[in-house]
Amino acid sequence: MERVVYSDNAATTPISKNVYNAMIPYLTTGYGNPSSLYARGREEKKAVDQARIYTAEMINADPSEIIFTSGGSEADNLAIKGLLLSRKLPKNKKHVITSKIEHHAVLYTCQFLERFGYTVTYLDVDNEGHIDLEQLENAITEDTALVTIMAANNEIGTIQDLKAIADICHNKGTLFHTDAVQAIGHMEIDVKEMGIDLLSMASHKVRGPKGVGALYCRKGIVLEPLIHGGGQERGLRSGTENVAGIVGFGEALRYAKENMKEYLPYVKSLTDHLIEGVTKIPYTKLTGDPVSRLPGTASFVIECIEGESLILLLDMNGIAASTGSACSTGSLDPSHVLMAIGLPHEIAHGSLRVTLGEQNTMEEVDYLIEKINAVVNRLRAMSPVWEEKMNGEPSLQLFNK
Amino acid sequence: MEYSEKVMDHFANPRNVGAIEDADAIGEVGNAKCGDIMKMYLKINEDEVITDIKFKTFGCGAAVATSSMATEMVKGKTIQEALQLTNKAVAEALDGLPPVKMHCSVLAEEAIHSAIADYYKRKGMDPAAMMGTCDMDCANCGSH
Repeated sequence: MERVVYSDNAATTPISKNVYNAMIPYLTTGYGNPSSLYARGREEKKAVDQARIYTAEMINADPSEIIFTSGGSEADNLAIKGLLLSRKLPKNKKHVITSKIEHHAVLYTCQFLERFGYTVTYLDVDNEGHIDLEQLENAITEDTALVTIMAANNEIGTIQDLKAIADICHNKGTLFHTDAVQAIGHMEIDVKEMGIDLLSMASHKVRGPKGVGALYCRKGIVLEPLIHGGGQERGLRSGTENVAGIVGFGEALRYAKENMKEYLPYVKSLTDHLIEGVTKIPYTKLTGDPVSRLPGTASFVIECIEGESLILLLDMNGIAASTGSACSTGSLDPSHVLMAIGLPHEIAHGSLRVTLGEQNTMEEVDYLIEKINAVVNRLRAMSPVWEEKMNGEPSLQLFNK
Repeated sequence: MEYSEKVMDHFANPRNVGAIEDADAIGEVGNAKCGDIMKMYLKINEDEVITDIKFKTFGCGAAVATSSMATEMVKGKTIQEALQLTNKAVAEALDGLPPVKMHCSVLAEEAIHSAIADYYKRKGMDPAAMMGTCDMDCANCGSH
């Protein structure tokens, strides 16, 4: 294989050099337990505290409002279950509102709560992936404990109006959690200015290591821990800290905070170029909001081809990208996000998600455009659906949806 | 999910891709939920031997590979022999398929059956009388 173009940065990102360098001491000599009283332990505690400061600064929070977790999924679970199971929560507060395009860490957590007598409202989204603020407002009752809506969607990149959602929640007396796993480091987030009560983050989406993340929990909100034990993280997340991971995460956020203003416009210029090139392919459309979107995310639907085949052929050209096709997931339905924005099955099967980062180059984007074109042409040449479409036959008559 | 080397070979270099302009039989099967459509074109001589076969497939890697393998396995065979081809034989010839992809091999078997049914119809014969009723497990394919 002559070259590799990694363009699946929404799946995970490569660890940056500065993160690697920051972690090394804590994978070698800095092995102390942060809870210990002696020097080798105090230093590790200091390193974790510094990472907590960087994490808080990233979103304009106080360091005491940051709880380190094992990643974004745990942060989502802690926010939702931790709040709903909280002893401080009034007894009637057994209702949660979320959207149909959330990550499974949120959706399945909500479904889990439903099994225990909680009720959940799943808000629809429009064809660009925005929730309807009026529907949200109408859905909130006096029993609503929490509204959890993701900041930016991992598949189509659409950014929600977080401030407007927070305002509605607070006017109606409920709390607002946002899964910002894809958003952190890719857009400005200020929890104070936006009015966010709880926010989930993951390290590996911002060039940090895997296995670490954080939940921001505004002062005054009481959560029930999910993991009981030694009382780390103010008792909210027991277990000896993943020091090297936390340090790496902190460094990744420090870097992002300092450099976002430079790299975001650059990443956006790459993505704009890619979108321009790929949407020149006939019967190809960009999904998600064309303007209010993550700067590195480009998600397409390409008619008359199937996503898994597309990904396999791109892989043979050294390109890493992803799809929401059913055949890629092992289930029978295409991604719930593509379904929720109203795409028919046969269109959603031909989805392609390319997500770029700071480490990608314009030359790589040209290579992506060239190869995506070639692979699409190849698949269409062998697609009976394409043949029928080109012959003007009533195509897709075999689809029952 | 991992494919065998044979599946990847048949996916990357599919055999018998294309269409036959003056085909004696065409079969098309597919299902919306998984997003696979297979179309097979057969040339059949007076001895009922499949002298040529081509396919077009819209679908995942396994759908393309099973189409390719199935066409190779029935080319040069009589219709009666082709009707004996099972989805298991196609999957085995590919050194196996991931469990969630077994329905692709069912589809390949169905595509051949569908084409042969078309052949009988064109001859003015009743496919059901010639081939018997469909006894395949199509719970996965949803097309029945």
